[in-house]
Amino acid sequence: MNWVGRLLTSSVGCKVLMAVTGAIMLFFLLGHVAGNLLVFAGADVINAYARGLRDYLPLLWLLRAGLLISFVLHVIAAIRLTRLSRRARPVAYQKQDLSGVSLNSRTMVLSGLVLLAFIIYHLAHLTFRLTHPAFASLDDYDVYSMLQISFQQPLLAFTYIISVALLMMHLSHGITSLFQTLGLNHTQYNGLIRCLGPALGLLLGLGFSSVPLAIMLRLLP
Amino acid sequence: MKLRLKIWRQKSQDSDGAFENYELDGVSSGMSFLEMLDFLNERLVSEGREPVAFDHDCREGICGACSLMINGAAHGPQQEVTTCQLHMRAFRDGDEICIEPWRSAAFPVLKDLITDRSALDRVMQAGGFVSVSTGGVPDANTIPVSKNLADLAMDAAACIGCGACVAACKNSSAMLFVSAKVSQLSLLPQGQPERGRRALRMVGQMDKEGFGHCTNTSACEAACPKHISVSHIARLNREYLKASLCGGEEELLSD
Ligand code: HEM
Ligand code: FES
Repeated sequence: MNWVGRLLTSSVGCKVLMAVTGAIMLFFLLGHVAGNLLVFAGADVINAYARGLRDYLPLLWLLRAGLLISFVLHVIAAIRLTRLSRRARPVAYQKQDLSGVSLNSRTMVLSGLVLLAFIIYHLAHLTFRLTHPAFASLDDYDVYSMLQISFQQPLLAFTYIISVALLMMHLSHGITSLFQTLGLNHTQYNGLIRCLGPALGLLLGLGFSSVPLAIMLRLLP
Repeated sequence: MKLRLKIWRQKSQDSDGAFENYELDGVSSGMSFLEMLDFLNERLVSEGREPVAFDHDCREGICGACSLMINGAAHGPQQEVTTCQLHMRAFRDGDEICIEPWRSAAFPVLKDLITDRSALDRVMQAGGFVSVSTGGVPDANTIPVSKNLADLAMDAAACIGCGACVAACKNSSAMLFVSAKVSQLSLLPQGQPERGRRALRMVGQMDKEGFGHCTNTSACEAACPKHISVSHIARLNREYLKASLCGGEEELLSD
């Protein structure tokens, strides 16, 4: 068999694909959260940032294509591996003690599927602007007003905050797991790697949820 | 002690099984778990009933034959012991104990609590060996091995192949077993000639046998009676990737 085919169809290689695509999406998220936090610097700053991004349109599309490919591969690999593993235990235990297994690691498929739904809504909402007719009257780069209109609706703000909480759970396990999957471990750094997932997950969670929370509580002018 | 036992009974591989309940009085806390089952079987035989079939051999924690899921934990509630080394003092009078066979598509149930674990043997046959020259016996210690590597390889070699990792994993993954075998052989100089092929072939066979994938939950490490560390799984991933991405001709051509 061709070596690429063998690698990607093996359980180990398929998981490596998830780790690599997960890492690509993680780097994107780190940039994304930094951009979002510019909201706190005021309307002018975040709107200028939005305009700035669109000035690099070809680069932006390159990035978007990379992300889309990563996302699709990540989800396909997740579904394939999960199906194979379900088949690996056709008869369930009457009793199974999972107390030693972290909640985050057990709920990766659930948190992933909620993320899938959230990401589709999120793109329709703020990228393609299909959900709020009020956006039509706004200037193309008036991100600030868009956010204000959206997150003054508590239901929408909560939807975002809960989705971000699930992202936090997904990444708390995912980031630490990624190192193990890629074979990056060493007794000297294992403690650090174990903390990195929950720490980075929490930071991203706080960063992302701060925007809808602040706007819902009318803390921004 | 008096116990309420709930045990999986299944006539043969093709028949449907079901749980049966047994009340067992007069169990002593000094009995091992298997002795408790022997005690139950004596009673069943004297009543003219079919005894409960379960796997065992050495009864001293080294052969890996005993294999019971006890109250939802592979090898029972105690850490780092096999079923045969678990004693009834780990339980209390009046406890209900649920006893099931390992559940995995790769380990079909043969009878009651006995599963066929030859899938692990086939994974070994695929690559879990080293080539040696025949002829005169070499002197001991002719090949230098660093203490660190010898210790690490020895930790991996503690695996007795019982299958508790597969039983405990929510995906029925055999990665801890395969990684222990790959580590043990690949860390030592004697294992170098087949190093890349070994990782590729053992993982290939593991997938073919229908074991699931690793989601890094570490349930296997917690259930392992020999406390094999999941760091061996990281090593296996590394070995597999290295062989796939920059292997030599043998790796590229091996099936
Ligand atoms: C923003 C999007 C996402 C990011 C940044 C992300 C990140 C990650 C990372 C880093 C891993 C760890 C890979 C490893 O264990 O080696 C992972 C695993 C996983 N992801 Fe995602 N993911 C995202 C979206 C999704 C979605 C939409 C799904 C939906 C199916 C999903 C399902 C999974 C599953 C099932 C795992 C495997 C967990 C395991 O094997 O333990 N992810 N993800
Ligand atoms: S009977 Fe040999 S390990 Fe338990």
